Amino acid sequence: MDFNRIKEKLNILADAAKYDVSCSSSGSNRKNTNKGLGNASNGICHSYSEDGRCISLLKILLTNHCIYDCAYCVTRKSNDIKRAAFKIQEVVDLTINFYRRNYIEGLFLSSGIFKDPDYTMERLIAVAKKLRLEENFNGYIHLKSIPGASDELMYEAGLYADRLSVNIEIPTVSGLKLLAPDKKHEDFAKPMLKVKNEIIRFKEERKLLKSTPKYAPAGQSTQMIVGATGESDKDVMYSATHFYKNFHMKRVYYSGYVPVSNDSRLPSIGTQVPMLRENRLYQTDWLLRFYGFSVQELLNAEYPNLDMDVDPKLSWALRNLQHFPVDVNKAEMSVLARIPGVGMTSVHKIMKARKFRKLDWDHLKKMGVALNRAKYFILCDSRHWERRDLDPQRIKGLILSTSYGKYRPQYSNQLSLFN
Amino acid sequence: MTTTKTFIYDGSFNGFLTAVFAGFEQKLPFADIQKERLAQNGLFSETETIFTNIELAKRVWNGIKNRSNIAIKNIYFSFLSGERNMEPLLYQYIRKIMGSKYVASDFSDACILKISQTAQKVHREKHRMEAFVRFQLTKDGIYFANIEPDFDVLPLISKHFKERYADQPWIIYDLKRNYGLYYDLHGVEIITMDLSNGFGNSIQKSAAMTNEEYDYQDLWNNYFKSTNIKSRINKKLHTQHIPKRYWKYLSEKKEAV
Repeated sequence: MDFNRIKEKLNILADAAKYDVSCSSSGSNRKNTNKGLGNASNGICHSYSEDGRCISLLKILLTNHCIYDCAYCVTRKSNDIKRAAFKIQEVVDLTINFYRRNYIEGLFLSSGIFKDPDYTMERLIAVAKKLRLEENFNGYIHLKSIPGASDELMYEAGLYADRLSVNIEIPTVSGLKLLAPDKKHEDFAKPMLKVKNEIIRFKEERKLLKSTPKYAPAGQSTQMIVGATGESDKDVMYSATHFYKNFHMKRVYYSGYVPVSNDSRLPSIGTQVPMLRENRLYQTDWLLRFYGFSVQELLNAEYPNLDMDVDPKLSWALRNLQHFPVDVNKAEMSVLARIPGVGMTSVHKIMKARKFRKLDWDHLKKMGVALNRAKYFILCDSRHWERRDLDPQRIKGLILSTSYGKYRPQYSNQLSLFN
Repeated sequence: MTTTKTFIYDGSFNGFLTAVFAGFEQKLPFADIQKERLAQNGLFSETETIFTNIELAKRVWNGIKNRSNIAIKNIYFSFLSGERNMEPLLYQYIRKIMGSKYVASDFSDACILKISQTAQKVHREKHRMEAFVRFQLTKDGIYFANIEPDFDVLPLISKHFKERYADQPWIIYDLKRNYGLYYDLHGVEIITMDLSNGFGNSIQKSAAMTNEEYDYQDLWNNYFKSTNIKSRINKKLHTQHIPKRYWKYLSEKKEAV
């Protein structure tokens, strides 16, 4: 193995793959069989890059040659960059050797499109097939589906991969037309639909026949770039809801646009990555998936964008004070989950603990409830609660004056004197 | 003034459980259980030395297990934390568990909450070790790793690595507690070795490792840099996820140490 050449390729092809947000390695259930190598059921982050993101998988492109010219993509045809391509065996060797040293949970393999979608998809599948059948590898494999790949190939990909994903990239159809004129919206939807249907079919068969092989056991995911086309948070989250509902997505990722191109259609190079907005979108996503909120409650014609200074749950509560205060010793679980500053872990602790005695401020604080926010919305076993009739603006002001969010410097109006 | 009783035990988990048995047998509401080498007698307390008895330990273990599986895990994990004065607190905890059925989830009780939080801390480090162990391939064909965890987590990670790396012989060695696990393709055994410094991620190469090993460390180190997005840099979050005390054994952190 020529390590210098591999090193060069790895630098190029990891650098180009890093804008793909997904690095999750959980949600599968692949066991180590016949004393082989690895298992995929844990979801471990083995390292964290200096930008603070988790490194769980070896995330690379098979090649950064591409026939398309999507404005938002570093790998676009018209971009003058160094190009490289891995051989199939090289990707297999890297994966196995990194895995054996406990650097990674598995492989995330994406690719620029050389020649045509099917030709590219076939090569991605060849890597996964070799890992599974020749190396007896049971670690996690995430394959990127190439938009426009045929149904037969999508079927085969699911037999070897734990997760499949197609990035929708741009949340609105009009935005896609503008920035990726070569791609059609249907090209994304078709492989997603095929995978969704196969997952359902395999699950049904498994009920009858235990030996049915696994098909994409960790499901599928997709990603949207935010902040590239002037879409609203409502556009983004309604689109995400559509994917959760109609394609049974396990995850939708939101990727704050990192300017990589001098193109008049896009924010210019040097524009700050919208990290706070990204954070708020993920919080909203969580509220939809785990806290029982519907997307219309959080974003609608009246509120098309998320509040930047407070989290979406608090923002919702301030607009709906009629639901509060909530008595933590009596309220139902679904109601507890809607209190600002109370996460699902605390909800479960409260439900269990209140069987033994009535909970007071001290109990809640020790359990990890963020009282600085929660105290305006709850009653507990104490005569001291917030009795003043406060209006939403006043509550928001009080909360902001006692909290210090990690993104505060980004949106503070206060100018810093010594920076 | 209440006098308490001090039990001195050998430091093993079974020894601790035997002491708990003795405390229950004597119907003590409080028992100060201490490790042999750390023992300090209270001025007015009576002292009893406990000899580890596997049978009695098992009875205590099964007794708790019949009550609650969560409690069993919390007790074992908290014990491995090795924190000072953990044993008397655990004694108190076990008394509560044996007293009523659902008490392991009573997070409004200070003792229950403390034990479950300590167990959580140990659990976090167990998980981190599953993530941050870095094997290096020796010339003998064994994948070798050093660790220096805050808590004694080797017993907790043994199963994970045995299941994951079933086809390669490996050693994980705890330099702080001076013992390790050796998997020889059949089973895992406990070993002790004479390692003065261990094998960190220093630029200095060791003759014990294959040349290829350093090539792969370089590749990984390079990958780590290439995958970073400079316009999103967030060092604070980075060190929050990988505390600096782990860095010296991470091959991706070569220059930093």
